[in-house]
This record gives sequence, structure tokens and C-alpha cells, in this order.
Amino acid sequence: MTPSHHPVRDLLLAYAAGTLPEAAGLAVATHLALCPLCRAEVRRLEALGGTLLEQETTAPVSDGLLDAILAQIEEPAPLSLPLLGPKPRASAGSPALPEPLRSYVGGDLDGVQWKPVVRGLDEAPVRVGGAAAADAATGGTRVRLMRVRSGVAMPRHTHHGTEMTLVLAGGFSDQTGHYLRGDFTLTDTSVDHQPTADPDGDCICLAVTDAPLRLTGPLGRLLNPFVRF
Amino acid sequence: MAGPPISSAASAAGEDRAGTGRSAESAPESADALLLRVGRERDRRAFVALFHLFAPRLKAFLCRGSLDAGLAEEIIQEVMVVVWRKAGSFDPARASAATWIYTIARNRRIDRLRQERRPEIDPDDPALVPEPEDAADFALMREDDRTRLHQAIDQLPPDQSDLLRMAYFEDKPHSAIAAERQLPLGTVKSRLRLALVRLRTLLGDEA
Ligand SMILES: [Zn+2]
Repeated sequence: MTPSHHPVRDLLLAYAAGTLPEAAGLAVATHLALCPLCRAEVRRLEALGGTLLEQETTAPVSDGLLDAILAQIEEPAPLSLPLLGPKPRASAGSPALPEPLRSYVGGDLDGVQWKPVVRGLDEAPVRVGGAAAADAATGGTRVRLMRVRSGVAMPRHTHHGTEMTLVLAGGFSDQTGHYLRGDFTLTDTSVDHQPTADPDGDCICLAVTDAPLRLTGPLGRLLNPFVRF
Repeated sequence: MAGPPISSAASAAGEDRAGTGRSAESAPESADALLLRVGRERDRRAFVALFHLFAPRLKAFLCRGSLDAGLAEEIIQEVMVVVWRKAGSFDPARASAATWIYTIARNRRIDRLRQERRPEIDPDDPALVPEPEDAADFALMREDDRTRLHQAIDQLPPDQSDLLRMAYFEDKPHSAIAAERQLPLGTVKSRLRLALVRLRTLLGDEA
């Protein structure tokens, strides 16, 4: 089954062009693992990049550049140490978390250490791009896994910035539609929504937010000073 | 920022260059063949020819961003060393040599400029959802598609091709492109979208 909600073309273009920041790239690439349609689109956009390179003007390079390269290829290739250590082994069968997310999380879903946020909602930060990025205190981009218990409605909230959500297990619904594994949404400041997890199991998502969310319901206003999610 | 597109660079480039200095019309076929020879036979002459074909274009590409010439050449060196080492994994059925080299250059640039990794799928991941066998949407680019893509880009209105080049070749988010061109972000996004839609139309709805 392929997803029915995809990243907008701008995001795929920025991913193919290499201008998407790592956190957003993680959400897009993990969608790509679950979506052959968008993989094909990214290949086409990369072919466009290759064609633009072919059509590029030429700029002279230094005289010594070729010799430096030829000297370097004579040397044995250095052992490349993987940045994230060995790939975590998937539990039996097909893992719930596809690559590249599984490596960022350091294993599959069953190893995730959840922290409760509010009743029915747990989260686990995902480290991206060095130490600071996943730190809530920075107020910058946050990447985390969220688990909403089946049937639970999230507090109503709007977004100061944008939030990318990729469903990994279960599903949820909001005013804009119904989302299942592999589905991708990008919500911006204009949307005041209240996602509700499907009744048939926990809903687990990857969420990338570039600003803290603001709760809007009456309960939300009460919780706002305490909850950062 | 870009070095002058001098024709002496082209003449210094030496063998099998039919290039006019503006466009490597003949590049797709020959570059694929050269890269295959590097991969299969570790052919140094083919590698040198690839260098002459791509290094001056990579330099122009990298210097479009606000990269200084020295750093651009360091990146070119890294790219060409990767080309040598990984040429064996080049599969012309999946991508042209130019596209393959473009993706290497893109990744090296991310690595050097932002010290970030580029999250990528693992094609061998058991969790990867495979392509359906039959759907035409998943067809790979054929040789004649590439030629048509060349022609289609040439037919784009200048404001669209300009933004498209910026979107690919400058390490900038679309919002920064908007600021630099003094255009609203929405305009940049809609022109890029128009360019892609137009390319698709010019390609005769290839999907
Ligand atoms: Zn998709």
C-alpha cells in the first residue's frame, strides 16, 4: 500500500536540490522509504539537477587541480567509519521504523524510551544534526516521535511555524483528512486543528516542528505555560 | 562570483570535447560511457576526460552559491575522488553520469557547507515499500527523455529557468532566494512550481 498524502512539490525539490535542512530532510526521506511515487519524483528532480549541471557554463579550474586529484586516487581509500555506528538490527520481520529514521532513533520502535507529556500522549526526542537540535530549550527545530493512544484527541493547537508529521503506525484524523502509515502532512500557522488517533490502536508519528506549538482550546490555554510539544 | 566562462578552459580541456563552452549537448552518451569505463576498467584516461568535462561545470555550479574558488576546488577534488572510488556502482539504467555526479556534488556541498548529513533511504531496507511492477509512473529516464529534458529547459521563460538554477545550485532555502531577488516568497514558490509544470508539459507528460 502506498501513502495518499505526500510532501508538497517544494519540499521534494528542496530535498533533490540539497537545500532542505537535515531535520526536514529526515521526515521527507523517511516518507520516501514508504512511497515509491515520491521516490520516482525525486529521481526525476535529480535528473533535472544533472541536466542543469550539463548545461552549466564552464569556469576555469586551477592548473594543479587534476594532478592533486590523480595523486589522491593513487592512495588507498581511507576506512570510512559510519557516523552512526553499525545499523541497528531490525526486530524480526519488517521494521516499523524505516531507514533513515531507524538509524537516527538508534533502533526500532520497540526500543524507544517514551516520556509522558499529557494523558494519552507520549513523546521521544530524536537527535538530528548534533547535540543542540533536539533540545527543547533552543526554541528551534524539534524532531520527535509522538505516540497518541488509540481514540485520544490531541489538545487543539495552532502552529507558530510549521509542523511536518509523518505517520509511522496507526492513524489519525483531523479536519483535513485521514492519515495512515506513510502519510505526510505539512501544517502551517493558519491551521487550528485537533488530530484524533484512530480507535484501533496507538498512532505513532514523526513530528518536525520549527517552533513550539500553541494550544488553543480552553484546556490548551490552561496547559500552554506547562506543555511544550 | 562565477569565474568568467572562458573558452580557453574548454580548449585546455583537451580530448573528446564537442562542447561549445555553453552546453555539453554531446555529454550524456559519452559521459556515461566514460564513467562505465572508469568503473569497469579503472581507466585513467577516461577519468581524466570526465574531469575535463565536469570540473569546469562543477566549478561554475559551486561558485553560483557564495563559495570562494578555493573551497569550490576542494569540493571538486572530493567529488572526483568519490567518482573514481564509486564508479563501479554507477548504473546508467538508473541515472545519467551527469545526474550521478550531480548528486555526489550536492552531497559534498551539504557536508562541507552545513556540516550536516543528508538523510537518505537505504535501498536494501526491509521496511522500504517497493515499486509496483507495472506502473508507468516509476519508469526510469530513457535516453530520449534526457534529450527532451535539455530542450525543455532551454524553452523555459528566463524568469523561471533563473529561479530553477538558483533553487538547485545555490545552497539557499526558497525564502533566501525570495529575499535576494526581492520577490515575495509566494512568487518564488509559484514560479518554481510553474517551471516544473511547464517542464512536464514540454516533456509531453512523461509520467
Ligand atoms: Zn509520497
